[in-house]
Amino acid sequence: MKSSLVSAVLAVALAGTFLACDKNGKEIRIGGVGPLTGEAATFGVSTKNGYDMAVAEWNAKGGVLGKQVKLTFADDKGDPAEGATVFTKLIEQDKSVAIIGTVMSKVSLAGAPICQNAKIPMIATSSTNPKVTEVGDYIFRACFIDPFQGTVGAKFAFEDLKAKTAACIFDVGNDYTKGLSEFFKAKFTALGGQVVGYEGHATGTTDFKAQLTKVLAAKPDVLYVSDYYNDVALIAKQARELGFKGPMLGGDGWDSPKLMEVGGAAVEGCYFTNHYSQDDTSPIVTEFVKNYKAKYNAVPDALAALGYDSTYIMLDAIQRAGSTDGDKIKAALVATDLKTVTGQVKFDDHRNPVKSAVIIEIKGGKQTFKTTVNP
Amino acid sequence: MGSIFSLQQIVNGLQLGAIYALIALGYTMVYGIVRLINFAHGDFFMVGAYAAYGAFYLFNFFLPPGHFMAFVVLILAMAGGGAVALLANKFAYKPLRYKPKLSSLVTAIGVSMLLEYTFSALPLIGPSPRGFPELLEKRMFTIGSAQVSNYVMIDLFVAAVLMIGLTFLIQKTALGRAMRAVSQDKDAAKLMGIDVEKVISFTFLIGGSFAGAAGLLAGLTYPRIQPYMGILPGLKAFIAAVLGGIGNVPGAVLGAFIMGIAETCATAYNSLLGEGIAFVILIVVLLLRPNGILGEKTADKI
Repeated sequence: MKSSLVSAVLAVALAGTFLACDKNGKEIRIGGVGPLTGEAATFGVSTKNGYDMAVAEWNAKGGVLGKQVKLTFADDKGDPAEGATVFTKLIEQDKSVAIIGTVMSKVSLAGAPICQNAKIPMIATSSTNPKVTEVGDYIFRACFIDPFQGTVGAKFAFEDLKAKTAACIFDVGNDYTKGLSEFFKAKFTALGGQVVGYEGHATGTTDFKAQLTKVLAAKPDVLYVSDYYNDVALIAKQARELGFKGPMLGGDGWDSPKLMEVGGAAVEGCYFTNHYSQDDTSPIVTEFVKNYKAKYNAVPDALAALGYDSTYIMLDAIQRAGSTDGDKIKAALVATDLKTVTGQVKFDDHRNPVKSAVIIEIKGGKQTFKTTVNP
Repeated sequence: MGSIFSLQQIVNGLQLGAIYALIALGYTMVYGIVRLINFAHGDFFMVGAYAAYGAFYLFNFFLPPGHFMAFVVLILAMAGGGAVALLANKFAYKPLRYKPKLSSLVTAIGVSMLLEYTFSALPLIGPSPRGFPELLEKRMFTIGSAQVSNYVMIDLFVAAVLMIGLTFLIQKTALGRAMRAVSQDKDAAKLMGIDVEKVISFTFLIGGSFAGAAGLLAGLTYPRIQPYMGILPGLKAFIAAVLGGIGNVPGAVLGAFIMGIAETCATAYNSLLGEGIAFVILIVVLLLRPNGILGEKTADKI
């Protein structure tokens, strides 16, 4: 009687383990995170499309380690508290072996410690705040970080536009725009150029003429405007009114159709750094754009490209690791050298990708691909 | 340092000052007549900007772009600002006319919020900023060391015409005489057979329409409009009116131009100082000359 009970329990337990084994055995489970609702909802939709497309492509090719990949997506709502919950759920409940996401830096900062503690590798898609990967050695990202854009902008201004003098204008209340201008100034000066004007403006203002008059008095060759598109359009118009004819430059905060809508002729012939351009003619980009359009009937933006690339980087690492063990995937990620839509990806000591940025020129009211700048 | 007090900065300051002046006039007139600081006035300015925006997209279909079209848009912006001021007076301020002053003041803040939040909730307007269209082709002139666009001239011209018209109205017409009478003594004016409520409504209408005109000019000059755009300019125009002597019409204009230039020069020196200079001016005026620059000279306000 007793022994039969023990054996029954054992049998059930065995069956349980066997079932669990079977579940994990047939597929590789990974978690995907992004904001499908909330203030950054459009970012989340593009990013999720990127994940799904990459997973479908890998599965069509036979999956990873001979198994199909199953991506469980969770909506972080653009909220750090919600982010912490869904990261935990994906790891503990869904048994994900790796996490891809998320979009916003503040949410990635909430999710990263959870992955770090669980020893689950994570790759943030478009969180540009340098602090994200500083959380720990399991945390990577697919996008370049803020300082890099300023540096690339300066390099492009000095080497390609042959600018000798530059002026910067930025929002004093926003770390992103302040940081971009700081790094632009540092690099431009290091290259031998001269920053003749460096002025901040208050958040939410619409009158930039006082600052512009001041920085333009020194007749800079280029004007670096590290703001978001709303402010950029106003600054560009007012700079033109004050007689500035040279090009203006900026970062990925310019990436919006609104810029051309409001800025009009004032932003013609201006440039900004971005993660990728849909007009890039390299085969990997044209292939991606074509497939994305066919699947979602939309033009992929930088977020879709980064979501797609993040998934590729992670799946490539799992393949090379030959295992779903966290430490082995992490080691494989460190050794990544992969050609992706947003550039050739290698990771530096802080697990940030060392990769190229694209320069977009505004021409005829449209964003056009100008060139790729390597770090 | 040269670029802080340069000719260009003075031009920038005059342009900003012209917009402040049109808003400040409404503040000072309403105060002169009913002794009410109408905190919703900055929002009449916002309504004017949206009225101009709407008018542009409406008339774009059947009017050729040019000065006539711009004029029509200006009239509609003024009508928008004036209409909302009239409504605010009729439904919010009139019922409280003979109640304690504080009631009207708190109501004014309520009207201000009502307009802001209603506009951001309306599906056709919404909370996100909109780009303002270019009504006229932009042309540039060089005057001395300054770049001046035709928009600067339009701002100054429209402000000047409206201010001269207002002076004429107040000084030379029967209605202007009635306004001056009401501002001196409401009860005596009533005994003299003046329809006080009508005069007050008219004052709101003029003040609101001037704010509406300022809304259009601001939209042209700084082409981004949103439902909260009236808060800061309204506050600064109020300070300009206090600086010139609240209730005093020439004082409001003088105060507004001083504010515009001070703000531009302070911003050129340091951008954060520029945002704060208005409030520094307010404190200094209240400490040293609470009646404002022109506040004492005229016995009859308005």
